[in-house]
Amino acid sequence: MLVFTLRRLSLFFFTMLILTLVSFSLSYLFPGNAVINLSGEVNASASRLQELNVAYQMDNNVFWQYIAYLQHIFSGDLGLSMASQTIISTEMVSLLSATIELSLVALSIAMFVGIPLGFISAVKHNKPTDNAILSMSMLGDSIPVFWLGLLAILTFSINLGWLPSAGQMSLLFEIKLVTGIQFIDILISENPYKWQAFWDAVAHIILPACVIAVAPASIFIRLARTSMIEVLETSYIRAAKAKGLNFKQIIFRHAIRNALIKMIRHVGLQFSNLITLAMVTEVIFSWPGIGRWLIASIAQRDYTAIQSGLLVLSCFIFIVHILTDFIYAALNPLARGKKHGS
Amino acid sequence: MKKLILNVTVLISLVFLSSCYDEKLLSLNEHSIVYCSESSPETFNPQLTLSTTAIDATSNQLYDKLLAYQGDGSTLGSSLAKSWHVSRDGKKVTFYLRKNVAFHQTAYFTPSRLLTADDVMFSFNRILDINHPFHNVSGSNYPFFQNTSFNNLVKKIEKINDHTVRFHLAYADNFFLANLATDFAVILSAEYGKQLTKHHAKHDIDIYPIGTGPFKLKEYRVGSFIRYYRHEKYWQQPAQIEQLVFDITSSNTGRLTKLLAKECDISSNPIAHEIIHQRDDLTIDSLTELDVSYFGFNVTKAPFDNKLVRQAISYAINKKALLETVYQNKAELANAILPSTSWAYDKKITAQVFSVDKAKELLSKAGYGDGFTMELWVIPKQETYNPDPLTMAKLIQADLKKINIKVIIVSDKGDTFLHRLSAGEQQSFLLGWSAEHSDPDAFFTPRLSCTSTNNHSRTFWCNAEYDNIIEKSLQTTNINQRKKYYAKAMAIVEQEVPLIPIAHSKRYLARGKNVKGKVLSPFGGISFYRVVKNSDNGKVLHENKSTDTVNEKGKK
Repeated sequence: MLVFTLRRLSLFFFTMLILTLVSFSLSYLFPGNAVINLSGEVNASASRLQELNVAYQMDNNVFWQYIAYLQHIFSGDLGLSMASQTIISTEMVSLLSATIELSLVALSIAMFVGIPLGFISAVKHNKPTDNAILSMSMLGDSIPVFWLGLLAILTFSINLGWLPSAGQMSLLFEIKLVTGIQFIDILISENPYKWQAFWDAVAHIILPACVIAVAPASIFIRLARTSMIEVLETSYIRAAKAKGLNFKQIIFRHAIRNALIKMIRHVGLQFSNLITLAMVTEVIFSWPGIGRWLIASIAQRDYTAIQSGLLVLSCFIFIVHILTDFIYAALNPLARGKKHGS
Repeated sequence: MKKLILNVTVLISLVFLSSCYDEKLLSLNEHSIVYCSESSPETFNPQLTLSTTAIDATSNQLYDKLLAYQGDGSTLGSSLAKSWHVSRDGKKVTFYLRKNVAFHQTAYFTPSRLLTADDVMFSFNRILDINHPFHNVSGSNYPFFQNTSFNNLVKKIEKINDHTVRFHLAYADNFFLANLATDFAVILSAEYGKQLTKHHAKHDIDIYPIGTGPFKLKEYRVGSFIRYYRHEKYWQQPAQIEQLVFDITSSNTGRLTKLLAKECDISSNPIAHEIIHQRDDLTIDSLTELDVSYFGFNVTKAPFDNKLVRQAISYAINKKALLETVYQNKAELANAILPSTSWAYDKKITAQVFSVDKAKELLSKAGYGDGFTMELWVIPKQETYNPDPLTMAKLIQADLKKINIKVIIVSDKGDTFLHRLSAGEQQSFLLGWSAEHSDPDAFFTPRLSCTSTNNHSRTFWCNAEYDNIIEKSLQTTNINQRKKYYAKAMAIVEQEVPLIPIAHSKRYLARGKNVKGKVLSPFGGISFYRVVKNSDNGKVLHENKSTDTVNEKGKK
């Protein structure tokens, strides 16, 4: 396990190196002054500009500039947003947590719906149920998320009026930002309308989370189905059958557990896909997450925000990958021996 | 069996939770208004801006003025000043302030005293005195006051006692009082200014506002929302709603969706009016703005030096078609330069007849029976009074072709274009104006009088009789008399046709039918002070009654 951990850490280190290099070079590739692109201080006075030049070592060569950039990142200074002149790192905390919240809910919906359906479909291999579930998953996978989002708003918000169409929670509730994760913030707040806010937040997350969950759920269906079929064909299942275990026992005691382990890695891999979907969905549902913010920054040519946003987002996705790898390795000793990073 | 019990308990708890959720939501929802606004205000101090967004978010919510317009806007009433006195020469104006006016108490400021003359001095000296400690905070730009040359007008402000202030004017000005009632002339807190100076945070005065208005600022997140709470110690009856939230939604479809999904109670500039009209629970308010878009002639250039030619063209233009195409019927057809919302509007004015035959007849009378070629200058830029000037020009081109006039459209976005217009290089042009204050004179003296020919009007039209009439109307305070003068002035303009008024723009606001109370006002920004919300079920009648009494009290 130690070798495995070291290997993952070195992979993490080099990936971060490349990510920061790309992010750093963006400030030169974007139009305008590099130091302004890095710091985001568009209205800086001459003296302030001088200070910034010193802080980012602009008089030194590119290597030292990169080192200065790294120092800024590690001290948590991602500059100011060019458009709103707010500190990006503080803004990022609430944005990223909103996205994490949405993605986690979507991921759990996708898992709780997708994986059982996949197992059912594997157990009923080549029967009408299997075919129905498979075609459903095909359909879910091919529907574009932006279209589905609009359709959901049209149906459930405008026509039926069941669920709200925009935002994280009704603006009427005043909840202080403490952890950044809204559900926790609501529960620890002292607002008299706490529970009302909680259920309002639940109502707000249902539509966007379901819309995001559709595509990963259909992938999970197929993955779970394949892995279950694989497990059911293994010799230990056959041995279990020969021992006289009944169907229920075989599935619940042996097959599901082994099939699930295989799923864990896929869940991690699906996460980046999920974040991409979440970015688009955030725009449609005005979800105050990092995706919407990044897309707005691109529209506003807010280079500092784009640069830092990309760095933070890719970093986050990478960390999730590594984490799922660890969980997988912890649960499945066979995986630890594998040599390569993927 | 175990499962069944579990299911039943889950079901029961869900029902219970959802029911208590609904009940509570009503209580908070009932006392709050969510307004979907179109963009973020750039400042919380209306002194510093002309932008509608900023005025909407600040003026009538956070602040009060010394005076306020009353009724149809023809008279000024008391507000923070309970009465005022103008000296005979018109150069000294004394205000007697109310003694019970409290400033907002917020997380960032706790007032220790009520409104006094110091606050009035502080608010206006900030604009007038270039050495005032707050003059240069947030830039030294006070556009409304600069446009009305306020600093030339006011020589000094004198504190007579704690509740009396005197303005010394350089010359008598008819609009001085009217200007003090506009959305820009708000009263700030001097005590707050002092506190900020002490903490070296002067800039905060325009970001974390303190005023005397019916609501106080709680929280603002750029591009996201503004949260206001009711000012409990408001000097009038406190507002009916406890919380006011501006949900900043810049996308037009986003605002429509939120309105339809009932996520906002009131929405600014709604699109798709037909869809809103189809819904039983929604309605649209509209109000004609004090502006006009027009087709003007340079009366010093042939052939427009001939009155008959100008008249002919006024018959040949199909204004209704312009209104349909350019404004999608979301504007009022202009029969005169003054919009019908102004108290001086003469109701006897009839709509201009559209008649190609009449136009042809007048043209041949003027000696241009075979037509001619003319230039029409257009600035292809969207304005509040004209959403699409170029399309309008093309429609006019088509209209005039029918009476054998060939129109060449000259358009240019550059800054020099306006200068060239002022220099009088054009034959005819499409422009418009918005009134700075609600007095009807804003439509007459600065635009069409002989003295203004160099400034605002590009028609170079000068008519002694017209000048005489509008001057007389300014010398009297008798409303009926003034109405008569303005009616005459409008008749002259209609006869002489230095310009053809085309449309007055309209402002729209969509709201749920359960939201009662006036929001739009013909002079300036919106106000949520009188808004009440009825729960959708049952309570309507009872609530309605209470609103009316409150309104009555408010007026008194």
